[in-house]
Amino acid sequence: MEKVLERKMSRRMNMRLLVNSVAKYIFLLATLFGLVVLSVLIYRVFSEGFGWLNFDFITGKLSTQPERAGIMGAILGTFWLMLVVAPVTMFLGVGTAIYLELYAKKGRLQGFIQTNISNLAGVPSIVYGILGLTVFARAMNFGNIVLAGGLTMSLLILPIVIVASQEAIRAVPNPLSEASYGMGATKWQTIKEIILPVALPGILTGAILSLSRAIGETAPLVVIGIPALLIPFPGGILDKFTVLPMQIYYWTLDSSLTAEYANLAAATIIVLLVALLLLNTTAIIIRNKFQQKH
Amino acid sequence: MPIKNEIARKEIGIRELIEQKQRSRNFKEMFERAIPIFLFLIASISILTTAGIIYTLLSETIEFFKRVPMAEFFTGTVLKPLSQTPQFGVLPLIVGTVTSSLIAMAVAAPIGLMSAIYLSEYASDKVRKTVKPLLEILAGIPTIVYGFFAFTFVTPLLREIIPGLAATNILSPGIVMGVMIIPMIASLSEDAMSSVPNSMRDGALALGSTKLEVTKKIVIPAALSGIIASFVLGISRAIGETMIVTIASGSTKNFTFDITQSMQTMTAYIVEVTGGDAPAGSTIYYSLYAVAMTLFAFTLLMNLLARSISRKYREEY
Repeated sequence: MEKVLERKMSRRMNMRLLVNSVAKYIFLLATLFGLVVLSVLIYRVFSEGFGWLNFDFITGKLSTQPERAGIMGAILGTFWLMLVVAPVTMFLGVGTAIYLELYAKKGRLQGFIQTNISNLAGVPSIVYGILGLTVFARAMNFGNIVLAGGLTMSLLILPIVIVASQEAIRAVPNPLSEASYGMGATKWQTIKEIILPVALPGILTGAILSLSRAIGETAPLVVIGIPALLIPFPGGILDKFTVLPMQIYYWTLDSSLTAEYANLAAATIIVLLVALLLLNTTAIIIRNKFQQKH
Repeated sequence: MPIKNEIARKEIGIRELIEQKQRSRNFKEMFERAIPIFLFLIASISILTTAGIIYTLLSETIEFFKRVPMAEFFTGTVLKPLSQTPQFGVLPLIVGTVTSSLIAMAVAAPIGLMSAIYLSEYASDKVRKTVKPLLEILAGIPTIVYGFFAFTFVTPLLREIIPGLAATNILSPGIVMGVMIIPMIASLSEDAMSSVPNSMRDGALALGSTKLEVTKKIVIPAALSGIIASFVLGISRAIGETMIVTIASGSTKNFTFDITQSMQTMTAYIVEVTGGDAPAGSTIYYSLYAVAMTLFAFTLLMNLLARSISRKYREEY
């Protein structure tokens, strides 16, 4: 009788252990699924686009003939767009973060602004596009120029920059600012000379990561109305423009008619991914270099 | 006499010095006091943004409802903005949006959760440190790239498996959107699960549970609020996603539940209308705002829901 029970128990035990180890591999497979898709995606993009990537493609103008098309206009457009987005978001983002972390009294108003920021972070990017279309492009009559797109993008990534800057400011050790106050420095002097320099790497990392979000974002610009037509290279922030993601968008749509456009889209994606890789690497280098201090 | 003069001059000099010092201190104090006001003005930009979004959406939506009755908009199953007798029923768009989000979640929820379980419960530190950044790459890829992938790779692949799948359909962008959301669900759920204290795991292990049983009966119940919140945020992300569905699902405004066919989402409709240069003041132009308002309400509701779930049902250990 006892032996039967014992056998039964050990069989159950073995079963439970088996299920456990099978489950482990299922979980592992699920984890690998995302990575496999990532590799397929990257392989696909490179196999389609790498052959089309050459000097003429990068420095060339848009063209209706796939063999002669280039993306210099889109590269310049992306550059000018970032030239608007980076200073605007840094200024607004860091300013808001300083206010919330160092000046605002913990209370209703501060809580309200904070909640508002986390709500803004969840608003779909296309809604920002509609805001940009209504306010910057139409009400302020900018039209679809770099400045309108840049201001829209700035508002879009502002919540990310604010939160990252807040974390960086919060991570500055208290004794540093206390020592500064002890020497008779005023609050602003302490912020300017002590807190901001120490928090700068963290702030920069957050800002660069949010820029990489803005570089790849398409929806708000589609809404503002970036033309698919051939336009001259943008020479400043008041010119009409196109950006890399917009070019990918139009070429992908056209690929159902002419297959070569898929190759052009893929080649543009490679350029975009390389730009993102460079930005993210910079952010990681900054983070690692300054992480150990203080 | 000359000595007296000297003293007088010195007195004046000192007085001036003191006055100068006073003035510079006053200026400094004013500057110090002005800074918080200035910073507050900067901080209020974020509030202005919210106010701007709500104001533009609301005012134009009200204008739209003057032309198209609210009941017709929310219950109408026909969306024909360009026909001779235009009809503006939003239901086809809502069905498209909900369907694509459900397909995405059918992919992202199980795979994201299982990845989270693996990373939090099974993986060694070394594996976790390599896999997590790789998953973050997946999250950092621009959505337009996913759109390209869905349209030029996933759809043709699926069409070989599923006969009758249209060239633009809701299934393929739904799946790809799911892949895009996996890292978000995995990372948020993993955070929730890692914050379950080890003493609870150890207790269950000491009673003879296997790791799977610990996960099922201890870790997941304890982290449930965080996991559900991550799902809700995933849905919100899928509802607001634009480029993947715009590219791969086409612009057919049919009221259908057939996932092998083209469906239009709210976001794709907004892209179509703005891309078509709808003249300001036309009904189709205002419909843009009504649809955007609906979209905004959907995502806001989801985000608030996620926050209240993770706040209300969070168990403190």
